[in-house]
Amino acid sequence: MIGLTVGDVVAEAEVQLSRDSLVRYAGASGDFNPIHYRDDIARSVGLPGVLAHGMLTMGLAVQPVVDWAGDPGRILDYQVRFTRPVLVDAVDGARVVVVAKVGQLDTEAQIARIDLTVTVAGETVLGKAQIRVSIAEPRPAEPDVA
Amino acid sequence: MPVNPELQGRVFPPTEPYLVGREKIREFSRAVFATNPINHDVAAARAAGYADVVGPPTFAIVIQEATLAQLLAEPDAGIDFSRVVHGEQRFSHSRPIVAGDTLTATLTVASVKTLGANAMVTAESSVVDDTGAHVVTATSILVVRGDE
Repeated sequence: MIGLTVGDVVAEAEVQLSRDSLVRYAGASGDFNPIHYRDDIARSVGLPGVLAHGMLTMGLAVQPVVDWAGDPGRILDYQVRFTRPVLVDAVDGARVVVVAKVGQLDTEAQIARIDLTVTVAGETVLGKAQIRVSIAEPRPAEPDVA
Repeated sequence: MPVNPELQGRVFPPTEPYLVGREKIREFSRAVFATNPINHDVAAARAAGYADVVGPPTFAIVIQEATLAQLLAEPDAGIDFSRVVHGEQRFSHSRPIVAGDTLTATLTVASVKTLGANAMVTAESSVVDDTGAHVVTATSILVVRGDE
């Protein structure tokens, strides 16, 4: 993590979502709201069609940063604002693009704030998407979990 | 029925203990496109100093879900699920969730704010392990749309 500078792009990723991804996330998370798999119900509540779970977008957007940090346990804090729904077309799906940049560095506490830009078709879908990542070497001691 | 402003400050009873399963962490990891070996492979997790596979940073939503169900089921809350939009989400970890953890969550309604016809409810769920030590706080801001 030596040589890290504010503004550096530390990770980038593109994830192709399909309706299958939404069904898989529904099962894994327990969020079975039908607006995430039924167009008729999505339309009946005024939506243009089936949407990705906000929590799916949040969950996948942090992964490039986990891989950069090398350990999911280094993610201390993660927050997002859901600013725009992600429509997932039955045929074409949706492509989520993630760019992760250093927003702030606290060298004393050894914590980097990584800011995410998350877009679909050029439009931002998550606002204020910020991750506080431990950049301590080695990783801070874990409580005894054995 | 509008959102009851008296919800602010209310603390709910702790949820039933949730035993975090190794396969649940793997299933959730696949669903959020988490491919890090520490999420999937016990040997990799142990090599990194964990007792078992580690949940992705948003895994706590699985535990938090039971507390949001408590909130929506509260008879005097006035929160109509079909009008709820998820506005913001945050996870603040003291340590990551690891397979084998037994976790309980306690919901506090941190604030209820009215903005025109809408209400914003901040639901803060504190997740602790079976020793009572804090693991993660999951905070949701729910926007409840009022009558148009």
